[in-house]
Amino acid sequence: MRLERRAKVSPAWLLAAPFAAVAFTLLVSSLLVAWAGASVGRAYAMLLEGAFGSRLAITETLTRATPLILTGLAAAVAFRARLFNIGAEGQLYAGALAAVAVGGLHGGSGFEAPAWLLFPLMVAAAMAAGALLLLGPALLKSRLGVDEVVTTLLMNFIVLLGVSALLDGAMKDPTAMGWPQSVALQDALQLDKLVERSRVHTGLLVALALAVALWVLLQRTTTGFEIRAVGANPGAAGFAGMPVGWVTVKVALLSGALAGLAGAIEVAGRTGYVTLDMSPGYGYSGIVIAMLAMLNPLGVVAAAVFVAGVLVGADSMSRAVNVPTYIADVIVAVSLISMLVATMLTQYRVRRS
Amino acid sequence: MTQPAAPEAGAGPDLPRPVLRLSGITKRFGALVANDDISLTLGQGEVLALLGENGAGKSTLMSILFGHYVADAGSIEVFGRALPPGQPKAALAAGIGMVHQHFTLADNLSVLDNVMLGTEPLWWPFSRRAEARTRLLKAAGDFGLEVDPDARIGDLSVGERQRVEILKALVRGARILILDEPTAVLTPQESESLFATLSQMVAQGLSVIFISHKLDEVLRVSHRVAVLRAGRLVAQMPSAGATPAQLAEAMVGQRVVKPVRSRGTAAPAAVQADGLSSAGVRDASTAPADPLSSEVHKESARSHEVVCELRDATVRGAGAWPLLDRINLGLSRGEVLAIAGVAGNGQAALAEVLCGQRPLNAGQVLLQGAPLPRGPRAVVRAGVARIPEDRHAVGVVGDLALWENAVLEQYAEPAFSHGGFVRRAAARAHAQDLVTRFDVRGTEGAGLDTVTRQLSGGNMQKLILGRALGGRTPALVLANQPTWGLDVRAVAYVHQQLLDACAAGAAVLLISEDLDEILALADRIAVIHHGRLTAAEPTERWTLARIGLAMAGGAHAA
Repeated sequence: MRLERRAKVSPAWLLAAPFAAVAFTLLVSSLLVAWAGASVGRAYAMLLEGAFGSRLAITETLTRATPLILTGLAAAVAFRARLFNIGAEGQLYAGALAAVAVGGLHGGSGFEAPAWLLFPLMVAAAMAAGALLLLGPALLKSRLGVDEVVTTLLMNFIVLLGVSALLDGAMKDPTAMGWPQSVALQDALQLDKLVERSRVHTGLLVALALAVALWVLLQRTTTGFEIRAVGANPGAAGFAGMPVGWVTVKVALLSGALAGLAGAIEVAGRTGYVTLDMSPGYGYSGIVIAMLAMLNPLGVVAAAVFVAGVLVGADSMSRAVNVPTYIADVIVAVSLISMLVATMLTQYRVRRS
Repeated sequence: MTQPAAPEAGAGPDLPRPVLRLSGITKRFGALVANDDISLTLGQGEVLALLGENGAGKSTLMSILFGHYVADAGSIEVFGRALPPGQPKAALAAGIGMVHQHFTLADNLSVLDNVMLGTEPLWWPFSRRAEARTRLLKAAGDFGLEVDPDARIGDLSVGERQRVEILKALVRGARILILDEPTAVLTPQESESLFATLSQMVAQGLSVIFISHKLDEVLRVSHRVAVLRAGRLVAQMPSAGATPAQLAEAMVGQRVVKPVRSRGTAAPAAVQADGLSSAGVRDASTAPADPLSSEVHKESARSHEVVCELRDATVRGAGAWPLLDRINLGLSRGEVLAIAGVAGNGQAALAEVLCGQRPLNAGQVLLQGAPLPRGPRAVVRAGVARIPEDRHAVGVVGDLALWENAVLEQYAEPAFSHGGFVRRAAARAHAQDLVTRFDVRGTEGAGLDTVTRQLSGGNMQKLILGRALGGRTPALVLANQPTWGLDVRAVAYVHQQLLDACAAGAAVLLISEDLDEILALADRIAVIHHGRLTAAEPTERWTLARIGLAMAGGAHAA
């Protein structure tokens, strides 16, 4: 067997690739479900119902999708410029912590400023924290050629350990009875609920608006043109006069800011404070989502809703048919791999020799 | 070197002792038939030249022979035994050795290491270096391929590296040697030495397949020529008695009009171009003679107005010699000045300087009297049209649409951007104009949204030419290997575009490793070696031997 590059890449195949990948993923996962002793049909029915089958299910899925859209966008824009930001998880935590640092109830009251001033400050701090965290790896990459996959991945551990230290130290909530969690955010800074008696908050609208904005940026602006050109062929982009290093830095700031914003919006919209388990790997899932979306910002929304649905639906499936919730992680992981293979197959054909 | 004596086996399909027999080889890639029922034999001690344009199927055929591809139909026999398809190891074991155009040597290892690489079983704890050294030296002695086994590959010249490649094949026991465009990277003198080696090898009973598209060379070194065109074997003839014109016609299939300059001092801008040109006027008095020299003359439009000047331009590199060593050069309006030289002697640095991608360490570059601005954008704005050496790596962004590549250099100009947004309508209209005027084909279906990677090399180059020359009349045209890898028709088109730009008043700096191209186009020639440039002299004052000597550094020797 060998791979041969296709002379022409069919647009229909490109469109079909994510669906084929998801179908293949469900096929593989059904083997595991069957192995766990459950009826495959019933398990998937429960998963679908748990994700989209009721008002509660839909709102829970959308709540979960909100940070995933943002981390997905963070990965998509960075990957477009061939800056492989694996550090969205750490940037998310940094953003969350910065948000609490600005808007938290330190010593019982916090900064005494009106919400209309404090809220933008809080968001700006979160975005700046995420952006700055990625600035180092981006500069190391553009100046010294240091591989950003390694640096951003390792930064995650540094950040998480740092967060852990702060939650037990400077940022610890004295009223939390010894739990390692941060002080709470001021009530005035919490995001409004979008649907009553649910957890969906206005952060979802922010995420959707940013997805559209990012699409416009990439497809319609000169900056987006630079990002796409630098990502696809830095040599040609540089020859044509594009500032390759500066584009990389700009993209890093944008990507880190989106991941940092995801942290702030999680705190302001859902948790109200920072804990070490506030993100079940949103940063890493963002990579899967970006790949499933083929780095298209609008596709990120759909992919995020899919992944959120799997995560939420797996909970109710697990309760109903007694398949461990880990199946959700398997589905997400397998879908990433099948998506990568499907993308490759749109570019190459397999020949038997 | 004289033409090697024809082997006793003689020529023709019914050799008494064929060492290699290809029968009915057919290979399809989708709708494309790369090889169509090709049958060939190779006699012992014979040099068979395989001639054809890019894309004629030479590489595919050799890849099948070497086991990289499996033929859809047909069979291969080596020394009377069938060769199992699709197994490079089997081909090696049967005694087939291949010397690729782009060497497959590890620069940081010694000659001996490179020759041994991959020959020893990995589970064996010790390396048998002494034995390998003996074999290497014996092969080197037998075929007159002198090398120092302990020299580092990185320190060797291109010609020496090629010798190591050949030795690598010989030490592995090759009796049939395939040489893919072996002279493409050599100076004329190095080529001579290669030809001497070839005659020694065939004298000792080895057989050689010599792939090339240089007609004179093919006629000199081979006993027999096989010509491929569009996947078919269109002609086979003994080399003795064949003429370049005959071969060219077989190769191309139809008459190709090739623009060639005459070097007169007639009135400037009196352009007579052939039908391939969009702007040219056909000259009825030019009567075509033979397929490759139905010359269309372009009178020299050279004036004394200096467009671009380099003064003591110096770029230091990491290596032993400066990439550019105090270069002085003046280009006049309406002239083609060519820089000849073996690859890697500073051409890349010179091109980068003029493209605005690399600052000088010392000296200066003046464009129309003012210092050359820094950065590619400013350089383009100042009137430099740039045709880069590597279309795929720096010429275009393959994954972007055709129209986006058409404005890749100018997207930030007010004509194509407004308030940070791309003016798509204007950009697309400009791209459409270039596609029409520069005859870019292969856009059926997706039109301007065609993914640029899907264009053929020739059409990609037309797009780049259009981008560089289409929007305005440039002051300086920098053409770095502008016809590398193109077929004959595309080459003619590119040459005509350069001559047209020149006639319109631009100074053209042509950097090329193809001496035929240089001799055909240049008004003046300078030769670069180890970063040093000879004086630019009119083309008619050079001889091939002098150019070759200068390419090897002879001009600077004391």
